[in-house]
Amino acid sequence: MSDREIIRPVREKEGTNVTFSPAVLEKIEKIKGRYPAGREKSALLPILHIAQEELGGYLSVDVMDYVASLLHIQPIEVYEVATFYTQYYLDPVGRHVIEVCRTGPCAICGGERISAYLAKKLNINPGETTSDGLFTLKEVECLGACGSAPVMQVNTQFYEFLTEEKIDQILEELRAQGNEDKPEKSKWIEKFF
Amino acid sequence: MDRKILLDKIDIPGIRSFGVFQNAGGYSAVEKALTTMSPEEVVEEVKLSGLRGRGGAGFPTGMKWSFLDRKSGKPRYLICNADESEPGTFKDRFLMEKIPHLLIEGMICSCYALGVNTGYIYVRGEYKYIIGILNEAIREAHANGFLGKDILRTGYDLELHVHSGAGAYICGEETAQIESLEGKRGNPRIKPPFPAVVGLYGCPTVVNNVETLANIGFIVNHGGGEYAGYGVGKSTGTKLISACGNINNPGVYEIEFGLSVREFLYSDKYCGGIKGGKALKAVIPGGSSVPILPAHLILQTASGEERLMTYESLADGGFVSGSMLGSGGFIVFDEEACIVRNTWNLARFYHHESCGQCSPCREGTGWMESVLHRLEHGKGRQKDIDLLVSIAGKIEGNTICPLGDAAAWPVASAIRHFRQEFEAHVEAAVCPVSQIH
Repeated sequence: MSDREIIRPVREKEGTNVTFSPAVLEKIEKIKGRYPAGREKSALLPILHIAQEELGGYLSVDVMDYVASLLHIQPIEVYEVATFYTQYYLDPVGRHVIEVCRTGPCAICGGERISAYLAKKLNINPGETTSDGLFTLKEVECLGACGSAPVMQVNTQFYEFLTEEKIDQILEELRAQGNEDKPEKSKWIEKFF
Repeated sequence: MDRKILLDKIDIPGIRSFGVFQNAGGYSAVEKALTTMSPEEVVEEVKLSGLRGRGGAGFPTGMKWSFLDRKSGKPRYLICNADESEPGTFKDRFLMEKIPHLLIEGMICSCYALGVNTGYIYVRGEYKYIIGILNEAIREAHANGFLGKDILRTGYDLELHVHSGAGAYICGEETAQIESLEGKRGNPRIKPPFPAVVGLYGCPTVVNNVETLANIGFIVNHGGGEYAGYGVGKSTGTKLISACGNINNPGVYEIEFGLSVREFLYSDKYCGGIKGGKALKAVIPGGSSVPILPAHLILQTASGEERLMTYESLADGGFVSGSMLGSGGFIVFDEEACIVRNTWNLARFYHHESCGQCSPCREGTGWMESVLHRLEHGKGRQKDIDLLVSIAGKIEGNTICPLGDAAAWPVASAIRHFRQEFEAHVEAAVCPVSQIH
């Protein structure tokens, strides 16, 4: 969007695997089948979500080029989409991406205080990642949960009616999960795509 | 004024599942439409119902449907707009989470009426768990013969697919949504041609909001005439209102059109009054893009009439003293809220969400954000206030899509009704209201 127009050419380290597993490729064929023949480019947004989840947590140029090859489209068609939508990350992120709402309805219910508390607790500014690689903090626009303000989303999970005490508890739980893969990871794709 | 159409079965345990939903009378509308009505008859009932689009614009649904080009020989598409992103609005999320089959049932009837064999539900990327719920509902409907080939042995085929967005408010605009569904940036298209003629993949397309489509089952079952008996005047039926901000009972409420704003705001059945017993300062009644109204104008019109929850009453007085029903996102501000800070916050939102296609919006939203930022942070000048009015006026009406208007209206209305508060920020050279610093 307007404040993120310049794409950063982040490439993978040489030898890094940027290909999907056969099971994921099978799923991707299914997703492409939801759109009419010749219109498979429609699958780009869902596939980019999956690529981000499966191939390192963000969309490097190599990952985007790979997605382009799967859809038989030009890499630029992927770059222009990846840079437009805020849920695609163009830089490496931490294990857990904390997206805290900064928009009006949350703000008048204490959202700004919650965001500041998160930054203080994690000792980073919004947009940054903790040095242990566990958390990235992002301030995002309205998450559509204004009735339970203030809210944040971590990965795909909503956390609502936030207080400082709740934040302490949530961060503890996420820390306890450590750097291990989510046990539900393979089911994630099946459920959401 | 408390009859329900959408949420009457919401408290039945397990209503999210197909079996419970069907036992409670669900999917009877599909049976009725497909086996006893022609597609044209369904369209006629929807016209008769007076149903208007629930996404914000309030355009008559039956009329929108009647514009669909049926003679092109191309496939036709229905897109359910579940890209709910207007700040203050969370009603579609509630509906899809609690009673997803109501949407699926409404979509099947609608697709049948429109001669559509493939429909998409475009869900905002942040609502991933909703995508899981919808996928499960579609799977169940398939397994029970309500989707797929030869539905109920009528020869009618329909497939529904869920499509995930990825974080872009603009994709709630229907032509941006079509672009996005085609795998592109969400840049709105110039109209005409309208989607009803040239839409998804260049084919005739209808885009309807979740809540709009969820009403279709009732209209098929009971007739458009009975539906039109709910509500008042041209505001027929019911509306989901998502209430938030400084109130005791935030949440989603189904109201029958005609309820007074006062009752909605103060009754324990709804918002339950202002939190902490504070005084009411202002309300944005229809999602963040509609004009904000001060307490005295939200409860009564300028001519002293009781303000009602209807399209017409909320718009009474035009933009001088009225607002809009919009999406039904009802945002309440108590006496301690800072209007300047909130206006800056919303200006930042629209700047962030501008797609960048049209210069007035791309540049103007940024200018408004930065001028409001300096006003809120004590660095404003008196002439900044008129500068904001001028910028807003130059964006409004000068952009391809309504995002420009949506960005201009909150700023213009905040200054119209709370000019003194803006002036006080300049005089004090600091925010005198201050919710947090």
